[in-house]
Amino acid sequence: MARSRTFICEGGLALALALLVCGDARAGGAASAPQLGQPASAELVERWDLSVYPDGRGLPAGAGTAAQGQAIYQARCAKCHGSEGEGGSGGTLAGRGALTDDDPDQTVGNYWPYATTLFDFIRRAMPMDAPATLSDDEIYAVSAYVLYMNRIVGLDERLDAKSLPRIRMPNRDGFIGIDAELPKRQSTR
Amino acid sequence: MRTPGQPFSNYGQPSVQERGVARWISANRAVAGNGVSWTPLHDLEGTITPSGLHFERHHNGVPQIPIDQHRLLIHGQVRRALTFSMADLARYPVRSQILFIECGGNSNAGWHRLPQQAQAGFVHGLASCGEWAGVPLSLLLDEADADPSAAWLIAEGADAAAIQVSVPLSKARQDCFLALYQNGERIRPENGYPLRLIVPGWEGVLHIKWLRRLEVAREPVMARNETARYTELLPSGKARMFTFVMQAKSLITSPSPGQRLRGKGVYEIRGLAWSGRGRIRSVEVSTDGGARWAAARLQEPVLPMAFTRFRMAWDWSGAPAVLKSRATDETGYVQPERAALIAERGRHGYFHYNAIVCWQVDEDGEISHVYL
Repeated sequence: MARSRTFICEGGLALALALLVCGDARAGGAASAPQLGQPASAELVERWDLSVYPDGRGLPAGAGTAAQGQAIYQARCAKCHGSEGEGGSGGTLAGRGALTDDDPDQTVGNYWPYATTLFDFIRRAMPMDAPATLSDDEIYAVSAYVLYMNRIVGLDERLDAKSLPRIRMPNRDGFIGIDAELPKRQSTR
Repeated sequence: MRTPGQPFSNYGQPSVQERGVARWISANRAVAGNGVSWTPLHDLEGTITPSGLHFERHHNGVPQIPIDQHRLLIHGQVRRALTFSMADLARYPVRSQILFIECGGNSNAGWHRLPQQAQAGFVHGLASCGEWAGVPLSLLLDEADADPSAAWLIAEGADAAAIQVSVPLSKARQDCFLALYQNGERIRPENGYPLRLIVPGWEGVLHIKWLRRLEVAREPVMARNETARYTELLPSGKARMFTFVMQAKSLITSPSPGQRLRGKGVYEIRGLAWSGRGRIRSVEVSTDGGARWAAARLQEPVLPMAFTRFRMAWDWSGAPAVLKSRATDETGYVQPERAALIAERGRHGYFHYNAIVCWQVDEDGEISHVYL
């Protein structure tokens, strides 16, 4: 009996201590953190922020057409992606085969849901042997050429911060959210 | 030993006799820093992957980052956009956790029509487990005063791919942290030095290495690596997106292909199990291709979202046998047979293959990979 009372007593003390510690940790976030963050200027954020969203937020000024992008593509991209976007050491970019085919190529034309992703990815990561070396005009032009190879834009269609997000990709509605919901969006074209 | 031994060393290395225990590299023929290296799970014991053997997936090489110059930026839907130096972050309260990290593309050879003949780690070793330690992300989100109505966090690395992904903010607040340490020492360059986002139990691509930017956002950014890749095409033509949780998986690491049983007698079947949903509840092992199953012993402690080692004694009669393991996690999820997984997903999803693995032992003790 005495033993069990001692046990209860120690248990009570442990519980009280645990509550104290938890309470302290919860009280803050703020209270327990040293708060050493330095204010980031709008200029720094602007310089660092590379993200381009499906609605076009983040797209820079500039413009290009597939006609202009063809030469850039052949010089900078074809080595890995093939002269007609058929793929190689890099992914297959062009093709509109059905995704229900056996072993289908998943391309920009039949798989990618947003054209803005193309600009975002090329600007941050391509070409792989010299990333971030294309100008914004060149990136618009190469994006246009990749879309042209997929019969999504015409040779002389001008792509810029306004027109790129308006492109409705063929597989825009081809996805199912599993562990998070997909954002709901209006079709614009 | 009658002669004096080697002197001290500043940083110890494995015995030179163990140099065969190494990551296996599979890289892009045109760009050496684009590809993967696999953890040799078949050569390891216990649950912790040595840092130098932790798997790698790089999209464009390992950047060399001066720690004194590296900064983390938090911005977007916040009241205060902030930068942090690595020295600043080292003063914050530390969260430490033993966790597996698994690439969404791990075990993808399982979708092939014929069973791949390779050592276990070189098919399933885009998964590793270590102790990660660093700053709870919720502290930094509070300090920046993130908008409560924002739902996503965009994370970006400082590598040549500037890789970025979107993570639900609820997960970021729940248990994510920014690791500075791996297995007690600073993170290895190939694992994200000096700063890596840790997203417990979720797919590897979200664990952004060389982390430099976090943007609080109202919606996902729809990056290439969450739309064109790391999504899974189904037979219907639709594709699964935001498949974050790594479902329960198990694998017998010994005996396994490349090893050989030397005569009948008692062997210990050893393997690993893990689940992104929490703890492993049980692992069953079959030595007759799945007709009968027996519970394996789990090595304690069994930790959530960490490798769990299982073991079972086996008296081999010398006759052909097929070894399988099947994990069940604390949510009751049971690792599926391959036929069931393929019936559900088809064969072109590439990512998130977690079916039961079968090793066939022939009468000479040779082991091969089979589908059953």
